Amino acid sequence: MSSLRGRLFAILIATTGVIWLAAVAWTYVDARERVERVLDARLMEAARMVDSLITTGEIEIGRAAEAERVAPAGAAADAEYQHELSCQIWSLGGRLLGLSAGAPAARLSDAAAGFSEKKIDGQVWRVFAVENQARGVRILVGDKLTVRRNLVADLIASLLFPAAIILPALAFMIWASVGRGLRPLQAMAGSLTQRDAADLRPIAAERADVEIRPIIEALNGLFQRVSDARDRERRFTAFSAHELRTPLAGLRTQAQVALAAADAPTRDAALHQILVSVDRTSRLVKQLLEISSLDAQPVAPAAQWLDIGRALAQLDQQLAPLRKARSLTVETAPGVAQALLLMNEEIFMVAARNLLENALQHSSPGGIVRWSVAADPAEGIIAIEDDGPGIPEDELALVCQRFFRGRHKSGPGSGLGLAIVDLALQQAQARLRLANRPGGGLRAEIVVSGARLSPPHRGVAAVARTAVSG
Amino acid sequence: MRILLVEDDAVLLDGLRVGLAIHGFTVDAVACCEDARAALRATAFDAVVLDLMLPDGSGLDLLRDWRRSGDATPVLLLTARDKVGDRIAGLDGGADDYLGKPFDLDEVAARLRAIARRAAGRASPLLCWNGLTLDPGRLTAELDRNPIALSRREFAILAALMERPGVILSKEQLEERLYGWGDDIDSNAVEVHVHHLRSKIGRDLVETVRGVGYRLQAAAR
Repeated sequence: MSSLRGRLFAILIATTGVIWLAAVAWTYVDARERVERVLDARLMEAARMVDSLITTGEIEIGRAAEAERVAPAGAAADAEYQHELSCQIWSLGGRLLGLSAGAPAARLSDAAAGFSEKKIDGQVWRVFAVENQARGVRILVGDKLTVRRNLVADLIASLLFPAAIILPALAFMIWASVGRGLRPLQAMAGSLTQRDAADLRPIAAERADVEIRPIIEALNGLFQRVSDARDRERRFTAFSAHELRTPLAGLRTQAQVALAAADAPTRDAALHQILVSVDRTSRLVKQLLEISSLDAQPVAPAAQWLDIGRALAQLDQQLAPLRKARSLTVETAPGVAQALLLMNEEIFMVAARNLLENALQHSSPGGIVRWSVAADPAEGIIAIEDDGPGIPEDELALVCQRFFRGRHKSGPGSGLGLAIVDLALQQAQARLRLANRPGGGLRAEIVVSGARLSPPHRGVAAVARTAVSG
Repeated sequence: MRILLVEDDAVLLDGLRVGLAIHGFTVDAVACCEDARAALRATAFDAVVLDLMLPDGSGLDLLRDWRRSGDATPVLLLTARDKVGDRIAGLDGGADDYLGKPFDLDEVAARLRAIARRAAGRASPLLCWNGLTLDPGRLTAELDRNPIALSRREFAILAALMERPGVILSKEQLEERLYGWGDDIDSNAVEVHVHHLRSKIGRDLVETVRGVGYRLQAAAR
């Protein structure tokens, strides 16, 4: 499992280390350059001093090589770096005239004047040469490069040594600080793990850090949605249980009547009522399932172009028993068969079936139920008309509420049909429009944007009196 | 016993109507508040079975209106909502008893008898008078411990008279107890039933008060 703390720690340690190493490298390069300059200057100084002593004749040429030790010895009090300058005095003819103690016998440099480097007995020497024309000698002053290297190495070592102690301390502090910085996250995780499943209260976001607030807000949003969905479900379950109790009471009572009935007609009537009630209750259960599955998917599934004529023919086949039982005729207006609608098929079928069922149940026996389509650029309409009693004007706005039953119900209804249609159409970005027909009956319209109904039909031509399924 | 049934579910209404009739009740059924108000104004009922959720309003509001106007008819509430809070609201709203759906038909009948009995000020489930014993729960009658077979209507007439012995009940009052609105009533139906009754329990027990009605004879045999 990847850890935020571990990753932050690794990043901080790596970056700190790289910066620190870069600083060391820079110091090394810089120190070496400075040491070179200072020591070169010392070589030059020593050589010139010997040269001037020889020129003024203050000192004998043969012993002049020892003189260089006098001047810088005081300056370089540190024992570690003493005795490191060697001096040779050669005649211009190439004869060794003098030699400082510890200086090698081999000629230190072949250069006539200035700086040069030469390897003697495996040691590289840096040498400054001065030519004294007046006395006919050449003064060579040099030191070993190893010493210079050691000097820089010692410097770097003195820099690295404290780091070896500081670095673990730094690592510990980084680890601790990262942990402290992540404490709000841990606190949030802790408070979340302690919650039980029912606790969907929002997390307090007012005092949260700017970085955590988006997480908290997203979580709170999720909590809200989950809690809304759960409330909706709970309400729905309560409603359903409530709605099923009355038909169950009816079934039980009718069954008891059938058992207690003294005569066959009473018993048969009760059994018939039980059948009616079972059918109605089955429909109620089907509608409850429909509405709960619609509730479960707040976003409609993808839309596709569907053949309205074919869909309605299919529906008519499903509802043929009800249509025949009530001796009704279902007509489709001429445009319907060619019309295509952009809507999810399942959603359309749910909406259309409930509308058709309503129309069939509320029509007066022998009546006509009629489907039609109409479209203009603004909106497309699939309408169903019946010649039943319609809906009282003051109830039109209420009929889409769940379990609403009108005062003047003319048939068995659960109060769910129109609520299902409304919910299904909302999900498909369409809407349900209800109106009483001037001549009596109800007109229910599925209204979509004009572009979703094709081809457009302006107005409805004469109705073809053809039952859809014959 | 004549009761008013207020229930909007057609199957349940039908079941209760037929079922309670089998239990010896005379049942009038309505499906909405408006009809229930009219029914209670027009007819005297021994008890009302009231559904809480009606298409044109709440049964509880209806009940409160009745109680406010001084109507004391015993009411049995039927409802799909039977949480404790709902029951308390129902009983405090003026109901005499409360049953949650789904219920047992026999229990509805028993509770109706009980609330009607209490409303009449009786504690005993049996009606006793002068050696006659009626059990409204089982629809059985005994005379001097010998069972006698009575038809539903005969039983109802005898029960009505025995509830208040000595009180005269008019022919119209008895008809009201015996028949619902839908029933066809022969003009001399009550006379016919009383005639049959007398032949089973003895001629002199039911006295005809000429021009007024019927009562049980005050004197002991």
